[in-house]
Amino acid sequence: MVFAVITFPGSNCDQDCIWALESVLGYTVRKVFHRSGSLESADAVVLPGGFSYGDYLRAGALARFSPIMEEVTAFAREGGIVLGICNGFQILCEAGLLPGALVRNRSLKFVCRDVLLRIENRSTVFTSNYKNEQEILLPIAHSDGQYIADAETLDMLEREKRVVFRYRGPIRPDAPDGNPNGSARAIAGLINEQGNVLGMMPHPERACEASFDRTDGTGVFTSIAEAVANRKMIPA
Amino acid sequence: MKEKLVTLELALEHGLTPEEYENICELLGRTPTFTELGLYSVMWSEHCSYKSSILELKTLPTQGKHMLAQAGEENAGLLDIGGGLAVCFKIESHNHPSAIEPYQGAATGVGGILRDIFTMGARPIAALNSLRFGSLSDPHQRDLMRGVVRGIGDYGNCFGVPTVAGEVYFDMSYSGNPLVNAMAVGIVPVKAVARSAAKGKGNPVFIVGSSTGRDGIHGATFASEELSERSSERRPSVQIGDPFKEKLLMEATLELVASDALVGIQDMGAAGIVCSCTETAARGKVGIEIDVDKVPLREPDMIPYEICLSESQERMLVIIEKGKENIAKQIFEKWELHAEPIGEVTEGGRFTVTRNGQIVADVPADSLVLGGGAPQYKRPSRKPFELEAHKHFNPDHVPEPADYSKVLAKLLASPNIASKRWVFEQYDHTIGANTMVGPGLSDAAVIRVPGTQKALALTVDGNGKRVALNPRRGAELAVCEAALNVACTGGRPIGLTNCLNFGNPMDEEIYYFFRETIAGMGQACRALEIPVTGGNVSFYNESKNESVMPTPVIGMVGLLEDFSLATPTGFQEEGDFIALLGTQGKDLGGSEYLHLFHDLISGPVPEINLERHKALIQLLKHLTDNRLIRSAHDISDGGLAVCLTEACMPKSLGAVLTFPWDLRPLEILFAENASCVVVSVNGDLWGKFRDACKKFDIPVKMLGRVGGETLAINDWLVLPVKKAEEIYEKVLPDIMEQVEELSV
Repeated sequence: MVFAVITFPGSNCDQDCIWALESVLGYTVRKVFHRSGSLESADAVVLPGGFSYGDYLRAGALARFSPIMEEVTAFAREGGIVLGICNGFQILCEAGLLPGALVRNRSLKFVCRDVLLRIENRSTVFTSNYKNEQEILLPIAHSDGQYIADAETLDMLEREKRVVFRYRGPIRPDAPDGNPNGSARAIAGLINEQGNVLGMMPHPERACEASFDRTDGTGVFTSIAEAVANRKMIPA
Repeated sequence: MKEKLVTLELALEHGLTPEEYENICELLGRTPTFTELGLYSVMWSEHCSYKSSILELKTLPTQGKHMLAQAGEENAGLLDIGGGLAVCFKIESHNHPSAIEPYQGAATGVGGILRDIFTMGARPIAALNSLRFGSLSDPHQRDLMRGVVRGIGDYGNCFGVPTVAGEVYFDMSYSGNPLVNAMAVGIVPVKAVARSAAKGKGNPVFIVGSSTGRDGIHGATFASEELSERSSERRPSVQIGDPFKEKLLMEATLELVASDALVGIQDMGAAGIVCSCTETAARGKVGIEIDVDKVPLREPDMIPYEICLSESQERMLVIIEKGKENIAKQIFEKWELHAEPIGEVTEGGRFTVTRNGQIVADVPADSLVLGGGAPQYKRPSRKPFELEAHKHFNPDHVPEPADYSKVLAKLLASPNIASKRWVFEQYDHTIGANTMVGPGLSDAAVIRVPGTQKALALTVDGNGKRVALNPRRGAELAVCEAALNVACTGGRPIGLTNCLNFGNPMDEEIYYFFRETIAGMGQACRALEIPVTGGNVSFYNESKNESVMPTPVIGMVGLLEDFSLATPTGFQEEGDFIALLGTQGKDLGGSEYLHLFHDLISGPVPEINLERHKALIQLLKHLTDNRLIRSAHDISDGGLAVCLTEACMPKSLGAVLTFPWDLRPLEILFAENASCVVVSVNGDLWGKFRDACKKFDIPVKMLGRVGGETLAINDWLVLPVKKAEEIYEKVLPDIMEQVEELSV
């Protein structure tokens, strides 16, 4: 299983993704620099979090023009598995691989805390390893995490079961509905129509270690690996 | 800007004294050029030269068996933590810039301290900060705090370092001059430490990173005078931060350090090009010649004076081995940053600046720097008479309050004690995936050393009130409390850095506080065998002739050999025994209680016995290493009652405490004793726990058990934990999120 982790200028969760995938979970990681790298032989692609290009202009708006994004887009169109975390999610929206947009949190402040998430769709290549009705605790850390889309798109996402993760806590004065950033329908993560591209604001790579008593993020990566293994078993 | 004719008058305008100016003329054997006057004025400013503090600082213990660099020798302290790794850390103030431009002031404070760390080849793994503001009932103070917190957050979050611990206090004395102290911690393989000395005649000198603009000119001089109504005119002296650039600069720098092309490296902070060139030259006992025409500029018409003094951020000076320039160029090209050769290393120890082939400055590099020719002064000091009066304050005369539960509730609602969640949730504290114990959960943050089983326990701590009442003991207490915080989490304190925030050093009384503070810190460090690895002095924290409280802030680093031994503040299991280590005294002096209920900052500050404190630290190490306790929290602001409440809240567990007493309930509940720690112990291990305490000769008092939903202490006080949490958590959001009226 080979994960490609892409580094844009300003990516700052790339090392954490590499650590979780390689050292904790034992997968092979191909470190891809945005200008010179290639996705050759990668089974899945991770766009990590951070502040690519300093979030200048708009989060993710510049990174989508980076040379590697052409390859990522082609990879996704061919059915390759692509996971965008935090800034990676913002880039996927900017690149048109996912619908909607991520704007400034409703509080207008950066927010870093653990949030409870409900897994809304377990039959995706990103969530098959989670248990039914499982709720998971993952950290968030972002300024621009409020997911927005027009009502039609939101209805479509719900209808097609493309909302994968939804915020549901903790209930706090600044998040009375358990929604820490004001996202429409409390959406924390969603997939594209084909189901091979996931964008999520919470950071699964920061919750993969039993020795830290935090393993709720592991399922995202093991599900991907399992899906890739299953695909490989089917002869072309 | 235009060149001016150099006269004594102009030198005085630059903040030099007549004697210093005379000294410069003598040293050069002529009148300095305009550029040279700029160099001396900024390098001999208090901020760069430490001229009023260095003689005192030299009395601090800087030796220790794990020290890899002496204080002042490199950009930050460096300690061996075993396994071929070293920890690199430092704290610095950015008070004045934050006072007039809170967002950029605080942001660039973070940027500067991070650069100090990665200049040494270390990857930053944690940031901390210590903040002081005036009362939050003043809208201007709220504004300052919003700006400072956002500035720290935006810089650290974008750069990608977890901000894991800190402290925030409020007192009227900080109204005109807030304190913003930022600390950073990094890890570097011992063999890969980058050094800052220039070497090798003919080796090229590069400027890398951002281009040079007019921002921050005379920032160091600005830091060396009091704030006044005219200070807002100094706003152009505040630098502008670009954390994105800094992140690229770090990646490029670390790649360069790993290559074999690098000879020496120095970040550009205060006094920009001049400081970095002369310090690296002086350290390597060589000279440096630069051509300002080669410096990439933001504005084309800058004069040499401006180029040399600019404090534009995100720049470095690097000295490359001749013939390996392309290696450096390629690395910086990859990260889309400038890397321009601006000069070379020379023999003879002179710092020479040319423009259009003409020499505009030519001075002995050594004559500009601290430890070289920069002036050093022993300032006169005088003991303020009111210090004696504080000692005569008799806490026995403080009446018992009618309702202890109400007192506790009010203390929890004091912004000094209340939860700082509003602040730390604006900082990314989980990036890096090494944060074992983050903010709000322990007396110190616990951060894994990446890729190892080890962890660092990190804290910043300072209590201005106690230092104001008794500087020597107040400083001892600050060191002791920081060390105890680290010990409570399971760490062994291995070194400290300090940020000393004081008023005008020319004021004899202020200088007395400064001297006594150093003496107290030194005493505590020697007794606890904790070396001082470096630090920062910030004088002139005054506005309208009002000085801030003398505020030394201690940044303490502790080591855990195994991160799984990290011990939290909060109670963990119902039924566990709760015990007090240490002996309480009548320590109401300087307490939050006296301040809040009697509007008093007075009294003798708590007694401390350094030998016993050391034994307590060793006992905690033994208890955590052998997993004999499940939680530990020292008595601090607000006293035992607040300490217990803070232990109840993390897991919403109550506690029932019934114990005999020989002091007044007021003193037991709200005095801020030193060397006292509340621990919780699994009942099955109680025997072993008692034996250990006996072995280290630390008294133990059984207080009660963990359980229920209420904190109940004897028949004095009852407070439901949920209620306590509600009060504790609501204070800052309620104050900070209120709708502000726009002032025009």
